[in-house]
Amino acid sequence: MTDFIATLLNDPIVTTVLLAFVPLVFILVYALVVLYGEMKMAAHIQNRLAYMENGWHGTLQPFADMLKLLQKEDIIPAAADKFFFMLAPYLVFVGTYASFAVLPFSSGFIGSDIDLGLFYLVAASSLVVVGLLMSGWASNNKWSLFGALRSAAQIVSYEIPGVLAILGVVMVTGTLNMQTMTQMQDGGIQNWLILGGNFPLGQKLALIPVMVLLFVIYLLSSMAEVNRTPFDLPEAESELVQGYNTEYSGMKFAIFYLAEYANLFLVSAVVVVMFFGGWTSPFGSFMSGPVWSAFWFVAKGMFFVFFNVWLRWTLPRLRVDQLMYVSWKVLTPFAMAAIVAVGFIMVM
Amino acid sequence: MSEPTLETVTTSTGRRLRTEEMVVNMGPQHPSTHGVLRLEVVLDGEIVVDVIPHLGYLHRCFEKHCEHMTNYQQVVPYVDRMDYVAAMTNEHAYVVAAEKLLKIEVPERVHYIRIIMAELQRIASHLIAIGTFGIDMGAFTPFLYYFRDRERILDLFEMTCGARLLYNYMWIGGLSHDLPPQFTEKAKEFCTDFKRTMKEVNDLLNYNEIFIKRTANVGVLPKDLAVNYACSGPMLRGSGVDWDLRRDDPYTLYDRFEWNVITGNGEMGSVGDVWDRNMVRQREMAESVRIIEQALASLPEGDVQKAVPKRIRPVPGDAYGRVEGPRGELGFYIVAEDSVTPYRLKARAPAFVNLSVINEISKGAMLADLVAIVGSIDIVLGEVDR
Repeated sequence: MTDFIATLLNDPIVTTVLLAFVPLVFILVYALVVLYGEMKMAAHIQNRLAYMENGWHGTLQPFADMLKLLQKEDIIPAAADKFFFMLAPYLVFVGTYASFAVLPFSSGFIGSDIDLGLFYLVAASSLVVVGLLMSGWASNNKWSLFGALRSAAQIVSYEIPGVLAILGVVMVTGTLNMQTMTQMQDGGIQNWLILGGNFPLGQKLALIPVMVLLFVIYLLSSMAEVNRTPFDLPEAESELVQGYNTEYSGMKFAIFYLAEYANLFLVSAVVVVMFFGGWTSPFGSFMSGPVWSAFWFVAKGMFFVFFNVWLRWTLPRLRVDQLMYVSWKVLTPFAMAAIVAVGFIMVM
Repeated sequence: MSEPTLETVTTSTGRRLRTEEMVVNMGPQHPSTHGVLRLEVVLDGEIVVDVIPHLGYLHRCFEKHCEHMTNYQQVVPYVDRMDYVAAMTNEHAYVVAAEKLLKIEVPERVHYIRIIMAELQRIASHLIAIGTFGIDMGAFTPFLYYFRDRERILDLFEMTCGARLLYNYMWIGGLSHDLPPQFTEKAKEFCTDFKRTMKEVNDLLNYNEIFIKRTANVGVLPKDLAVNYACSGPMLRGSGVDWDLRRDDPYTLYDRFEWNVITGNGEMGSVGDVWDRNMVRQREMAESVRIIEQALASLPEGDVQKAVPKRIRPVPGDAYGRVEGPRGELGFYIVAEDSVTPYRLKARAPAFVNLSVINEISKGAMLADLVAIVGSIDIVLGEVDR
């Protein structure tokens, strides 16, 4: 697709800019869908109907919400650190958006096909923590500061089991390139890494339990990284009002939200690439090709987004010390053990 | 307040920084203070060092107003507005006190209907208590499950007296309306359906692993402390004290029914923790359903306004009437002079008394636990501040 557009436009700069907009367009459309979807799912879990007024079953409501946020007054507290207060939401969004560059959306499209893909993704999404901490500090509000410190502690803690899980997968695939990683799993559901990947039978069977373990570890730590229930302590509204974004209104608040939803898809996409075959079709060559593969990628990603939403409206929230306990005393040791196991299996 | 621990930290650049405790205001505008309670919280990191509740944001001079009504009956709509999620109970307590003062014997049917209303109101109030407690813990869904059932109770009340929240239903010596014809059937239907919801919420919230982790061994209120602070209701029973006015001081006709007093037993942690208090409420609802079913089955006939006095002018004296409300012992002390209005009316608000223990049980807890503790006390600020 990159080559096609390049030949069509015959200008490398325009091509790059145009390609850079593809994930942005995706994020905006996806955010509207998820905004609507989450409200509807929450409502049906809770025996309600949610939006029913605007459009068929309230389908126009996300647009109305967006318009409302656009025209709201953008309040900056008098005692806030103005520069950092304004910078923070964009930093959070940039961290997430930058990570989209290495997501293989389809067999024909990946923003940047670099060999350090997963490494870059982990590094770029760490920028989010800086933004959150900045927003909490610059707001000059004690609750925001609490939320920011909690989120910094939480994200840093959960990055360790998360990255260890990624490491385990990388030891299996032997590459950090997300496109190559996906191509390795092509050929049907039996080649997905959660089912042992495309390896000889003995190795495959030995890999399955380890991959399931790595999957659970990564899923839990990714939920913590995107601040979703049961790990939504940084914005625990019953404790911290709204956490780091208490003082934000209007578009800045909207950008925080957009970043949160984008981040949700990002971690779901990483789960899909690492364990569920990325854009590959579960039926081998049936329903495959650049367009179908984009469909599979988004569909699989949306499934994990749905999973997160489902948990959010079901479970209560953990406490700070319990959160740390899960990360340091449960997930990290298991991730270490899984890495050792992967090492043995791969040498086998 | 305890002395702040002043520790000095030297940074890498040689600057000496002092660490100290942080004072935050939880409320009056805070999602989990259940109204306009303001807690001044001294925090050491996430650990609560001290809590000072500041009250009075909803003070409406209730007691003074009662002295300036045109008669005793006019106090009833006003007591509705004290504990606005359990208005029937407030009316019940007031009419019990007033009838004691006036020495009125009310017909049996009135007693039965009052019991049905009071128990329905207890369920409605506990539904809010448990639901909002779930929200405090981050679980939003059980709240709406319970609100769906609370709506049905409010529908029953609306059917009976036309109002959904503030009823003015119980009069001194009687009731404003008799039960409508379909009431018994609808109430029985509700009782049957409600048992199912209780099971649902038990599965979803009360026996949820995360919920238990969050609530067990948190905010433990020992037996003697609960008694010393004059706690009552689920607060007291959660700490294992077997005390319920419905059984131990049977006003109305509670001694005719079969039911159990629920006490906390430290099933998940220690006796008197937040989980116990919440569970006492949950189990009490099942007992209330039992009482309602029995009362509906044996409802006597009669005229509900037979004993209503035409003009109320008591002989000077005083009377204290109390009932077991959803939050605990709700009492009204009325001093009468030779007049049509009370000389003095004092309300013993259980939420106010229960709230006083918060400082004692939340020291050393974490900030998230403080939210759990406030939620488990189940305060209604309309009653605390009056």
